[in-house]
Amino acid sequence: MLVLTRKKGQSVIINDNIEITVLEVQGDQVRLGIDAPRDVSIHRKEVFLEIKEENKKAANIGNVLLNDILRKT
Amino acid sequence: MKLNTKHFGEIDIDEKGIIEFDEGIPGFETAKKYVLLGTEDKESPFGWLQSVDMPELAFAIVNPFAIKADYDIEIKDEVMNKLGIKKAEEMLVYSIVVVPEDMTKMSMNLKAPVIINTSNKKGAQVVLDTDTYAVRHYILDELNRQRKDI
Repeated sequence: MLVLTRKKGQSVIINDNIEITVLEVQGDQVRLGIDAPRDVSIHRKEVFLEIKEENKKAANIGNVLLNDILRKT
Repeated sequence: MKLNTKHFGEIDIDEKGIIEFDEGIPGFETAKKYVLLGTEDKESPFGWLQSVDMPELAFAIVNPFAIKADYDIEIKDEVMNKLGIKKAEEMLVYSIVVVPEDMTKMSMNLKAPVIINTSNKKGAQVVLDTDTYAVRHYILDELNRQRKDI
């Protein structure tokens, strides 16, 4: 892992076409500006991890009849 | 092609129906081929996304619009391009369903729907750029809400 120190207003460039700028630093919060091509998908890591976890739970499904669940309620 | 599945035993699948998920599904990146299976009740909004590479893997899925009529999603152009979707009619939208031990807490993932192009048989789970919808949206709560609305 590459570790760089940046100040407010400074950026890093990844691959010539992705620029990440430190817009604001307040206590333990950092606001980032990201300029990237539209085909690059960017998500907060928590969201991505949450989706992975949810998919793992989904895959753990027992032998259920989904329609019956709705009928019972 | 025969497939020995966990939920349905040995089934015969039509290879023409295989949908390619080039990036897999988050958490299961190595499984890239799936088929859609219906439930016995043809009217049911539920179905299954059965993995072809990993026969023991299957996701219960639901047509989200059947549960939440006002679900509206915006799929970014790059996703549409990646999947080669040109018209709305060739696009299928499903939500992956989680059925926990307490089945009344059954939920669907509205934040990251599964999008399928029925023409070229490509699919992906797409994370929406919105905070409106949750990863865990409770299906029975939603149905109760909709009943109240009527």
